[in-house]
Amino acid sequence: MSDSKKAETFGGTLIFVFIICLVCAALVSVAAVGLKPLQTANKLLDKQTKILEASGLLEKAGTKSADIVATYNKYVVAKMIDLDSGSIIDGDADLFDERSAARDVTNSQKLVNDLAGINRRANNAVIYLINDDSGSLQTVVLPIVGSGLWGLMHGFVGLETNLSTVRSLVYSDHKETPGLGALITNDRWKSFWPGKEIFNDAHQIMINVVKGGAKPGDIHGVDALSGATLTSNGVKNSLHFWFGKQGYGPFIAKFRDVASKGGLK
Amino acid sequence: MSSDTKKVLLGPVIDNNPIALQVLGVCSALAVTSSMANAFVMTLAVIFVTAFSNLFISIIRNQIPSSVRIIIQMAIIASLVIVVDQVLKAFSYQLSKELSVFVGLIITNCIVMGRAEAFAMKEKPGVSFLDGIGNGLGYGAVLLVVAFFRELFGFGKLFGIEILPLVENGGWYQGNGFLVFPFSSFFVIGLIIWAIRQYKPEQVEKD
Repeated sequence: MSDSKKAETFGGTLIFVFIICLVCAALVSVAAVGLKPLQTANKLLDKQTKILEASGLLEKAGTKSADIVATYNKYVVAKMIDLDSGSIIDGDADLFDERSAARDVTNSQKLVNDLAGINRRANNAVIYLINDDSGSLQTVVLPIVGSGLWGLMHGFVGLETNLSTVRSLVYSDHKETPGLGALITNDRWKSFWPGKEIFNDAHQIMINVVKGGAKPGDIHGVDALSGATLTSNGVKNSLHFWFGKQGYGPFIAKFRDVASKGGLK
Repeated sequence: MSSDTKKVLLGPVIDNNPIALQVLGVCSALAVTSSMANAFVMTLAVIFVTAFSNLFISIIRNQIPSSVRIIIQMAIIASLVIVVDQVLKAFSYQLSKELSVFVGLIITNCIVMGRAEAFAMKEKPGVSFLDGIGNGLGYGAVLLVVAFFRELFGFGKLFGIEILPLVENGGWYQGNGFLVFPFSSFFVIGLIIWAIRQYKPEQVEKD
């Protein structure tokens, strides 16, 4: 310590701080730039895993990351759609990021009737068409997002080709209370969803999360999570928003018949 | 291992535990102890950061101008934390998603700063490095014990493997709803401090 006392001058201190900052900055930059490819790959893998899970292909793909990527590339086709018109548009689905698009003023709109509690909604969305070995459509996976209790819940809904029967509901990202609302990712709760119908025969949205438990045979109702009313309401509202006019409604109206006949590829 | 080395390395685990005796770093101990896996990764991260921040600060301890020493320490600690965060994102994406902000908050973990200022500024690099590992271990020991109780009785699992089948999954065990919340760690840590002081009465403060 005695050495440092005598050497302390204003210029010396400045130079010392400058050198330390330079070394630290170099260290941080090397780590950030060097690891970037791995991080991007991880993010993509995580998303692909969830999409495969929503389409029911994950068990087939296994847990190895190479298998997941291979299965994804083999069966999944991502398409951009325009939400207002419901048409499939050109665009690089890989580059589309819902979270940044929804914040971009030129690419999104402020919602008047904001059922899902998301404030702004991107004009476009990416949907995932999952084909079987022969190339015919098996599942359509639609990303959804909505407010839960503590924050936004991002997830994917897998639909059968009639665009109404749920194959699965998979949440990929949420901040709900551990042990209560976080049970939206619980396997038992997820097992309530397959087979439920989003729409009735008159194409009205009927899907519901029922407090106190859905009646046996209710094709639109899923048991709410006990102790997590606001999360359950959030799930219901997200679904009602995203399958309504402001969400995938126009797309579903346009492709409902085409898809069930195998015309959507 | 000489007795001095052993004292520096293992002393902080029970005798001079940063959480139980010095009551430092409690904030993150509350947040990341909901599962053993989280606590384990957090432990490794903190060991890495305290060990290397102690090492680097000790190496340049005679050059650091004392008027800016805290800022220099912060810069070094912050850089190490960013490196840890980036490595986690690259190699363990799932865990980094769960630990999210808490890895970044290692910067504000009083243990790291405390050891840099109290130990590394005075001692040689080798022994400072060991002191960093020791304090990381002491922190991690408490974290893992807390996480053991919280994960086992709150979620019926250990390291994500089901031990007590939960009612929600069709089993018989009703998870303890209190232990799933971060603040329950206060009680578990309190009990740990009580247990250590029963075992080592000399840690009890005199009135």
